[in-house]
Amino acid sequence: MNKMIVQAPGMFTTVQDLGREGFGPLGVSASGAADRVALRIGNRLVGNSETAAGLEMTLVGGTFQFLGGAVIALTGSDFGAKLDGTAIALWTSIEVRQGQTLQLGATMDGARCYLCVQGGFQVPPFLGSASTHVLSGLGGWEGRALRKGDALPIGDAGGRFRKRQVAREALDRLRSAKVLRVTDGPQSDWFTEEARGQFFDTAYSVAEESNRVGIRLRGSVPVARLSSEEMITEGVPLGAVQVPPSGQPIIVFVEQQTTGGYPKIANVIAADIHSVGQLRPRDEIRFERVSMERARALLQEQEELLLSPGLIGE
Amino acid sequence: MTNNTTRFFAASDQSLLVYLGERVSLETHERVAKLLHLLEAEPIRGVCNLHPAYCSVLVKFDPLKLEHVRLEAILRSCLERLPQLSLPEPREVEIPVCYGGKFGEDLEAVAESLGISAERVIALHTSVTYRVYFLGFVPGFAYLGELPADLAVARLPAPRRSVPAGSVGIAGNQTAVYPFATPGGWRLIGCTPMAMFRPEREQMSAVSLGDRVRFVAISQERFAELATR
Repeated sequence: MNKMIVQAPGMFTTVQDLGREGFGPLGVSASGAADRVALRIGNRLVGNSETAAGLEMTLVGGTFQFLGGAVIALTGSDFGAKLDGTAIALWTSIEVRQGQTLQLGATMDGARCYLCVQGGFQVPPFLGSASTHVLSGLGGWEGRALRKGDALPIGDAGGRFRKRQVAREALDRLRSAKVLRVTDGPQSDWFTEEARGQFFDTAYSVAEESNRVGIRLRGSVPVARLSSEEMITEGVPLGAVQVPPSGQPIIVFVEQQTTGGYPKIANVIAADIHSVGQLRPRDEIRFERVSMERARALLQEQEELLLSPGLIGE
Repeated sequence: MTNNTTRFFAASDQSLLVYLGERVSLETHERVAKLLHLLEAEPIRGVCNLHPAYCSVLVKFDPLKLEHVRLEAILRSCLERLPQLSLPEPREVEIPVCYGGKFGEDLEAVAESLGISAERVIALHTSVTYRVYFLGFVPGFAYLGELPADLAVARLPAPRRSVPAGSVGIAGNQTAVYPFATPGGWRLIGCTPMAMFRPEREQMSAVSLGDRVRFVAISQERFAELATR
């Protein structure tokens, strides 16, 4: 079987697909790619189904050698990729010859870059998904981030190389944003009128200790609660903006706790979750309130774009 | 009839929270359990996940296939059927625990803050049969209640960065076992050698929603013996 050898893993590189839904009653969260849009497009560029497993790299990419020939695509943020020393483009399919080495460096824009390969990375599925859930050591490649020396099997590619690339206008429309659109959270009314106003006026900075479990934010003014009453633990939606006693919000992210007891002031809309996946420490973000109808329309629009025949050209 | 404490909230553009009561109680828990069983037995098209908790179920759905209003209507008809439903026979699970020392580093402090002996804390913790209210937080983490009122302690002011896997913690009127080494803010009184989440088994989680759990005190020697199995 064709393999890819990890010569250097990068800062935090995991195998991810679109995640495992349906196991909330076991306390298992969906996990999956932090920027689903990038992973889906990457898979389509190499001729895979959107659900194939790719690599998710964080802030600093790795160095990988392909033992056999392969067709790859890099999507998401620009990590300055080179193939045997020659710079290669993002958002396009690339033919890799036997023995060539792909080297990535530090990010030049957002937090995550995806490597998709024709045939997908083959790891034993856990609850139907290849996604790594690092906290519990389950799924993906041995339940952990990649290490030097790992040899990842690549699925049977079959097809011959076809040059595919993403249309420029589509990319502009799918670009990740620093203004996150939100709907009201289940405990919006636990906060003072003033605090809610401030929440939307504040520029929040992404804290260093952010990860796939949650994006921790720092604002100049803590979000003030009406009372210190304890909440009864309840299910937490992806993208929930919860406010712990410190008053500094946390965006609940893909490798989330399935339930939690912090009040939630807002919730990032589905169409903007991929933008959360590209947030880097020290990035500045803002929240903008939208209606449920608008949230649905935006998702519909994004989905239509992702499925449009014009998205990928040959 | 839908009981008047039922409340729906569109928690996000891809989820709907169903509140089945306003306070933690066995009655509300049983409604949560029944709704969960019903939705697992008769899945609603477009619903992709369920996150049950003390008084609520978060229903996650694909917004391209389903809308809040439609989902709420379907759930309301489900709720009307709850009184006629019966729950599966609960399992009884015994969890062996080695209390105190390096197994439960907060035991002495908990005893001191409550003004009772460490032995009394252990006796109280092992004195009741707990209900598995739900699994949440991380895979296999069971929220167990109710803890005897005499054992009520607050969470740690700042959570530990990492709690050893198997740790038994208490907080408020709840107790639980940490299945994995995770951050944790509950007070640790012991540790179990039992694997709480076993991905290789058909029944991955040692306990499920609705099960009855008892803790049994074991010696360090017995812990070592069980841990090597």
